[in-house]
Amino acid sequence: MEPQTSCVTIQKEWDIVGARHVARDMARSLGFSTVDQARIATAVSELARNIYLYAKKGQIYFDIIDSVDRKGMNIKVIDSGPGIEDIGEVMQDGFSTSGGLGAGLPGVKRLMDEFDIESEKGVGTVIYVKKWVR
Amino acid sequence: MGKVVHSNIENYKSLLKNYIANQDEQSLYGVDMVSKSFLKNNILPEEIVNLHIQVLQELYPDLSEDIKHSMDFLLEAMISYGIKQQEIQTLKEQQMAIKSEISVAASMQETLLKADIPSIDGLEIGAISVPAHQMNGDYYHFVKGKNGTLGLAIADVIGKGIPAALCMSMIKYAIDSYPEESMAPKMILENLNRVVERNVDSSMFITMIYAQYLPQSRRLIFSSAGHEPGYYYNKANDRFEELKTKGLALGVLPDVQYQEYRVDLDQDDMVIFLTDGVTECREEGQFIEVDEVLDVIKRFKDHPAQEIVNQVYKHFERLQGFQLRDDFTLIILRKKV
Repeated sequence: MEPQTSCVTIQKEWDIVGARHVARDMARSLGFSTVDQARIATAVSELARNIYLYAKKGQIYFDIIDSVDRKGMNIKVIDSGPGIEDIGEVMQDGFSTSGGLGAGLPGVKRLMDEFDIESEKGVGTVIYVKKWVR
Repeated sequence: MGKVVHSNIENYKSLLKNYIANQDEQSLYGVDMVSKSFLKNNILPEEIVNLHIQVLQELYPDLSEDIKHSMDFLLEAMISYGIKQQEIQTLKEQQMAIKSEISVAASMQETLLKADIPSIDGLEIGAISVPAHQMNGDYYHFVKGKNGTLGLAIADVIGKGIPAALCMSMIKYAIDSYPEESMAPKMILENLNRVVERNVDSSMFITMIYAQYLPQSRRLIFSSAGHEPGYYYNKANDRFEELKTKGLALGVLPDVQYQEYRVDLDQDDMVIFLTDGVTECREEGQFIEVDEVLDVIKRFKDHPAQEIVNQVYKHFERLQGFQLRDDFTLIILRKKV
């Protein structure tokens, strides 16, 4: 049985690969399809990359949701980086392309089923994402 | 949708099977159709790769592990394309929404700026104004005075698009608010200059000719605020003459004095006013000489004035490959009995 909870610290580029690995293993053990495993790994990769590029250091927490009626994965990403001043702006399609964020946060939102974000300038950012096994 | 996808999956499977056996064009045509249907149903590339893997495994139960891994690798490579596809879809929807908003604005502008061509004794008028995009940054306007005189404005906002169009509505309502006795061209331009200078962003200015035709004396009086020069066609010697004017564009400086010019019209003489969209329509990167505009006018000079402006427009529309680069406005006045 896989552990119910996991945490990966992101500081070096190599840590992004570690986070992808944890995400994919957990997704596989939960019974996600190959496509969804790849989507979760990509979303985590994107979030980890944002930490590495903009916040320098942060943590990604992975949790299994296993209730009576459904199973899923809960991911929380915390950093104490510069924070995002205008969340509306970074959540806009097309913004990431010009800002060089890759898939960007809208991409992460699309890869996952639920998405939430809190950020304060100078304090840091917390992102919560979930995906359900179909 | 699920049903559509399912039937397509079956279809994909049989097409692939056929193709592997025969390498026939028909299967390729078939998969082209399936692919279009996938796109229509927003099926993402990674899902298609996944479908391909499943079908392969069904057709070849002992497919080599190496090939399987390589297909998983391909699936992974498709994820970002899937995100982009969804992003493009959303942007497309947003663009449609903006487009329809602009078209509402454009039809509102058309209603606001609607300029009927009045009938004036002894004067034939032709006018055309076509925007390059949805909203027009050019403007023309006719007013018929109580004593049978004609007031005419032709203007071009430097700076295009929606701000320019909004600006034009302001100009129209400013002109409308002037009492008839102060309709002298120089007064109008001096007043408008103040309005524009006070109300419009300094990066935007407007060029305009305001003209007044007095039927009794057959005289056209006009002033220009930095506008493209007009032309006078002298029927007697069959030649065009540039109507040279001086005057600063509206909105550049707060207090500007404008000069008045005049031209007396004889039977079948014409006066032509235009915007730089007419002279600046490029032909293979080259500016069109105004002479070419005048040549076309000359060619159609025996037609009614409205027909002439329509023909000039048609000529230059075609020259520009039916894609106007700038708003196009042309007015012709012709003295009649």
